[in-house]
This record gives sequence, C-alpha cells and structure tokens, in this order.
Amino acid sequence: MSNASTIATSLWSSAGLFNQVVGFFSKPVIRGGIHAEGHKALTSFQNINYDFPLPKKLYIPLQQHVGKPAEPVIRVGDKVLKGQLLAYSQGMISAPVHAPSSGIILDVNDYPAPHPSALPIRMIVLETDGKDEWLKIIPIDDPFLLTPEDISLRVGAAGIVGLGGATFPTAVKLNMGRENQIDTLIINGSECEPYLSCDDRLMQERAEQIIDGVRLMLHGMESDHAVVAIEDNKPQAYLAMQLAATAYPDINVIQIPTRYPMGWDRQMIRFVTGKEVPVGCRSSEIGVTIHNIGTAHAVHKAIRFGQPLVSRVITVSGGAVRRPMNLEVPLGTLISELFEFCEVSTAQTARIVMGGPMMGDSLPHTGLPTVKATSGLLALTQHELKSSDVQPCIRCAGCVSVCPAGLRPLDMANNIRVNQLDAAVDLGLKDCISCGCCSYICPSNIPLVQYFKYASGEVIARQQAQHKSEQTKRLMDDRNARMERIAKQQEEDEKARIAAKAERERLKAEQAAQAEQESLA
Amino acid sequence: MYVLSAIVCLTLLGSALGLLLGIAAKCLKVESSPIVDELESLLPGSQCGQCGFPGCRPAAEALVEGKAPATICPPGGSALAEQIAALLGLDLDLSSVKEPELLVARVSEDTCTGCTRCFKVCPTDAIVGAPKQIHAVVADACIACKKCIEVCPTECLQMHPIDVTLRNWRWTKPVNVFEESKTDNVIC
Repeated sequence: MSNASTIATSLWSSAGLFNQVVGFFSKPVIRGGIHAEGHKALTSFQNINYDFPLPKKLYIPLQQHVGKPAEPVIRVGDKVLKGQLLAYSQGMISAPVHAPSSGIILDVNDYPAPHPSALPIRMIVLETDGKDEWLKIIPIDDPFLLTPEDISLRVGAAGIVGLGGATFPTAVKLNMGRENQIDTLIINGSECEPYLSCDDRLMQERAEQIIDGVRLMLHGMESDHAVVAIEDNKPQAYLAMQLAATAYPDINVIQIPTRYPMGWDRQMIRFVTGKEVPVGCRSSEIGVTIHNIGTAHAVHKAIRFGQPLVSRVITVSGGAVRRPMNLEVPLGTLISELFEFCEVSTAQTARIVMGGPMMGDSLPHTGLPTVKATSGLLALTQHELKSSDVQPCIRCAGCVSVCPAGLRPLDMANNIRVNQLDAAVDLGLKDCISCGCCSYICPSNIPLVQYFKYASGEVIARQQAQHKSEQTKRLMDDRNARMERIAKQQEEDEKARIAAKAERERLKAEQAAQAEQESLA
Repeated sequence: MYVLSAIVCLTLLGSALGLLLGIAAKCLKVESSPIVDELESLLPGSQCGQCGFPGCRPAAEALVEGKAPATICPPGGSALAEQIAALLGLDLDLSSVKEPELLVARVSEDTCTGCTRCFKVCPTDAIVGAPKQIHAVVADACIACKKCIEVCPTECLQMHPIDVTLRNWRWTKPVNVFEESKTDNVIC
C-alpha cells in the first residue's frame, strides 16, 4: 500500500516537474503588463445614476468614429425628435449620427473637438426642448428571424461603434466576421484601465440585455460560440453575467487575471484562445472577433427596440471629483456640465483626462462635448499624476519586461531622441500600442510612450511628405513634357509659316514672270 | 612538361578573361554613376539651389565625392538626411538639422490683377487662372519654391504656414530635460 502510494506520489511529482519544465520553456500566456492601482472603488459600488438633467444644448461631432465623417441631412432651424438621423454615413467605413434628444438644430459649424489639441471639428448644435420625445419606432417581434445581413444593416444604421474606445464601426466588424467565418466571438469585459467602472456597473445592472446583445451579434456573424472575459477584480459582474448566461450553453463567461493591458485585443485573444494574431493581420483572419460589453448592450437596444446609439454610461472619477459616479448621459453633453453635476473642484484639478488614465487623452479645457468613445472623464489632482522629474536611464529594463508588444522601449526612445526614426521603426515602433506601461514603470520618469506617440505621428508625416515629393516629380515631369511639346509645336508652326511665305513669294514671282511674258508677247 | 602546360593554360585563361573584360567594358559601359542617379532620385528635384549647388544632380555628385554632408538639403529635412546617410554609409549628426517649415502660397483676392505671370513660372502647375481672372493656388501641389512670389507685380502672393487641423496635428517631441540640464551643469 505504502509502496503504491509512493509510486503514485513520485509519478505525480514527476508530472508536476514535467509541467514546470514545459511551462518554463513555453511562451508566457500573458506578455508584459502592469498592476496599476485600481481606484475603481470610488465608483464601482454605486448604481448607475440616471438623474443627470438634460442639457440645454448638445454639441454632436460629425466624426465620432474611425473612418469618414458623417454628412448632415438636417438644416439649421429644423425640429428633430430623439433618435432621428442627423447625419448619414458616407463611404465603406463610417457611422451615422442621431439626435440624442428632441429639439431644434441651432447650428452646423466648427467647434472645439474632444481631443488633446481641442482643434475645431464640424459639429451639430442641438437646443433641447426638454420633452426628450422619441422618434416613433416599430419594434420587431423576433430578431432571430432577421437575416444576419439585416442585423449588420440595422447595427450600422443605429450608428453603433466599438464603445471600448477604438470606435471602429461595429457593422463593418460584423460583416468581416461573417466573411471570415469566425469561430469565437470574444466579449471584452476586462475594463483594465484604472478608475473606470462603467462596464463593471453595466454588467452588474444589465447582464441580461448584454447577453441578449451577444446572442444577436452571434446571429449577425453566423457564429455559434462566444466567450465573455471579465477581469477577476469584478466578481459581482462575473456572477451577474454568469447567471444571465446559464440558459445559453454557447456563451461561456470566464474570469481572467487582472492586469493592464488585458483589454488589448491581441493580449486577450492570446489568453482566451491561445492564438497569436500575426503582425499586420486583423484578428478576424484567425477566426476571432472581439467586441466590448458596451457595444453588445448597444446592439441589444438597436435590434430589440430600434434605438440608435444616442447615450452612454460614463465614469466620472478622480481625486478632484467630490461625487464620483457612473452616469448615463446623452452624447454631446459638455464636460463642464458633467463636472458641475459631479461637483468637480476646479482648484484641485491638475489634469482633465478623457478615457482611462493610461491611454486616455488629456484635454485642455472642459468646454468640449462627450462622444461615443468617452468611457470616462477624470479630474486628477497633482498628487495622482506621475512625477515629471526626468532622470537618466539606469538600464533597469523594466520597460522591456512590461511591454505587452514585446518591444524594447528604451532603445526605441534613444533612437527617437536623436531623430533616427527609421531605426526606431526597425525596432518595432509600428507595433507599439501606446498603452503607456513603459512610462508607468520607468523609475526615471522618462516619457517613453510620449516619444512613441511623437514618432508615430512623425513617421506618418514623413510618409505623406514622401508621397508629396513623388507627386511633385510627376507634376514637374508632366509640365516639362508639355513645355517641350509646346516648343516643338511652335517650331513647327514657325517652319510652316516660313514655308508658306516662301511658297507665296514663289507664286508671286511666277505670276510676275507670267505677266512679264504676257506683256512681252 | 607540367610547367609548359601550366604556362599555356594560364596564358590562355588570362587572354580569354581579358578579352571578356574588354568586351564587357565596351558593351556594358555605365554612362553615369548609379549611386549619383540613386541620390538624385532621393533629392526633391525642384532644383531650388538652397544647398549652394546649381541643382539636385550637382548636389548628388558632391555628396558622392564627399564634398557635402548628408544634411545638405534643407527642404528634405532630417528624413532625407537619414536616407542619404544610410545609402552612403555616413555617420549622421542630426542635431543641427532644422525641420523645414511647411509653407504654402496663397493668393490675396483683393490685389490679384490676373496678370498670368505666376502660373507661367510655377514648376508644378499649382496655380490655376486665366488672363484678368483671379488666380488660385492648389495647396496640395504647392511645393513652396517661392518662384511665383518673385514675379508677382502686386505682391498678392504670400507664403503662409500650413493651417493645423485635426488631420495634420501631431504630438510634439518631449523636451529632453536631462540633456538640457547637463549642458548647464558643469559638474556632470
């Protein structure tokens, strides 16, 4: 007996050792990443607030998505109802924009965009009438009787874009999924950015609607397997989603480790499916598509009730916010009004950030509207910001070990500092996702990700300059060819003129000679 | 005997190869240095003369002869300097290179008389117009060579910096605090 157990133990331990050895040599499932302080408890225990008063004016940008801006169909002075189409999508990759409330169109003009530069962008200004009256919508009885193409069309017409922050038009993604015969749909519920908890609350409070949205997406992509991945720092959301998904065995709700940037699509695909998306490929090419929780919820609303995307849940948080909360607001609400509602102290605010603190954009002022991509608005105090006291690099390689894309941030930054961008591109600048892990971990406070953002822009500018110089050469060649042609033509004309003159003179001489002969005769 | 055969073999081989080389030199003669051609294709080709040479080809020749630094071309900026240095295998110091300021010509409609002089000199046909009609600049085709400004009799053509919009806005380069402080601090 004891013998048998000893053998069993030794077998077990050797198997364990074997696994350890294999584990040592195989690739890690999660590459890089950081454990940033969450700060999520500020907002994650309160229900979503619906008491936000309807703003008097809404500023609706015509481009709230990746692709071409939408084209307005309304005129200044028109009366519109909530959910009415304001601007239609033009081109293959675009999304329409709808009225977030009922009222009168005041203006279609350039206003500051919610962007770090706050440069102007075309917006529709809507003066609300306070009635918040919906457009008459005919609901569908059973959306699963619709064809998958029809689902995509309806999702596209509802102006739904990826609500995780990438704002890629969802309908285009559904179509790509169908064309590539997706086998797994991943629903991204990681919400790995610190401070944000809007997806967490949405999952806790509207789990059934989200699961319904997931089922509709599966139907739209003609796929039959979905994985909802939720970070393990959101146990309540996980339980709620699991409960909602029990009736549907093809929807699998799983917990994933908490680590930023877990929500990066490639990181998540690698962890959930074990597949690596090759560089320069879309995830749908390896049979996986990833959508956000918020997007699934928006799909549910659009297909079941015909409601376009006109509002979203936003986290307002940060050290300078006295009443941090999640609240549902109409798109186009000015940040200043949201901050007033949440009692943000302007004196304490050192930085305003749209999105999460890691990848979000810092905004210069609050007179900017919220858009489809706005998952959070943070008013951070000086204390919460990273020190900007830059010190020399100590070659600790912290940035290398946290980089989820497997790059060498310090080498890239050194090259960029001396303007050798080609060398930085060779080191993989184009694979940088600007997640900010390297800047976060750097003990010398070197602005690494800032260098990469600068360099990425500069590389694009150079490509454009290259393109322009090629075009210039073509234009100059064309001009030179034309000049030559004209000169040749002129020369020929001149020759012809001289020839004609000579001919005329000859004729004249002949005539004169004839006349002379005649007179002689 | 061996010696004789070796001498015969090597002599034959030498003369055959020599003949081959002679034919190759005649038939495969290179008209101009390929590296100069390649450099010339890299340079902007607008023959602006800002480098101090009469045109892009003379500049390329000077580069090949080592008479000019890789940072010779002001309109090309550091991107071009990097390409030239890579091609010629030069060491590169980009700290002195100023990025070219992007300008575009614009017609002031109040003072344009429609004299047609500007579009006749424009090397890229970026100005459109007709006699006694106000002319206009196609901004995408303008290369900021300033030739039109020299000929304009009413000074209605002016160079303007390109407007910054969301399309061409870029992040600025982080200030290198450490290196600046190093130059101040003698102890370092």
